[in-house]
Amino acid sequence: MPELSRRHILGMGAGALVVSSLSIPFSALAANTMATDAIMKFTGGAKPKDGLVTLDMPEIAENGNTVPVGVSVDSPMTADNYVKSVLVVADGNPSAGVATFHFSPMSGAAEASTRMRLAKTQNVIAVAAMSDGSFHSAQSVVKVTIGGCGG
Amino acid sequence: MAKIKPRVKLPKKAKAGETITIKTIISHKMESGRRKDKKGNVIARRIINKFACKFEGQTIFGCDIEPAISANPYFQFNAKVEKTGEFEFIWTDDNGDTYQKKQTIKVS
Repeated sequence: MPELSRRHILGMGAGALVVSSLSIPFSALAANTMATDAIMKFTGGAKPKDGLVTLDMPEIAENGNTVPVGVSVDSPMTADNYVKSVLVVADGNPSAGVATFHFSPMSGAAEASTRMRLAKTQNVIAVAAMSDGSFHSAQSVVKVTIGGCGG
Repeated sequence: MAKIKPRVKLPKKAKAGETITIKTIISHKMESGRRKDKKGNVIARRIINKFACKFEGQTIFGCDIEPAISANPYFQFNAKVEKTGEFEFIWTDDNGDTYQKKQTIKVS
């Protein structure tokens, strides 16, 4: 085949490389979609803004079975300005949802902490729904040494 | 499963208008429904799926829980107390059981 010059073959190789490198992040993308879906369902399609929310998590979690997670939202927590609820999702877990905290003006401060499972190194996202209808979010990457979802 | 025991820690006394911190934990395996036994059969999911804290019947804090919460679920949150009263804590199991704990606080 005279038309298959050296230059052509090189080009094909480069093409194959692009395809293979694209296929690797696909699973990560799928996991992200699940987390995004959960957030969109929570916000009703609105895109959450940055700020106000603080997500307190370790940078490295040795044991993915119990990773401490704390969420606090900057809010006066009065009857007409408070945090209604906070959704926590993890984009690399087999199912994205972690927990939804529901607050009331009687909570005093929009703070809650718990312990969660993380299957692998991933992003944890907290989205807060305020009483005025706005949404705020924070994100944190946690490196996991031993995953904690069983298998 | 071992006996499920809820535990709660909050101050006995507080000043009116003070925001107190409440810590709760319940012994529960939180079987995620993703683990398999030795024969390869999936172990059925059984978790605490809901938690609520009420003060004199009014819900102060609640939580919808997914399998991603660790075994022996622990929650720490706050409550603003204005008067003496009783806190009630309710955990709901996947099998429909509820576990309750009550504690009073004296507000001066």
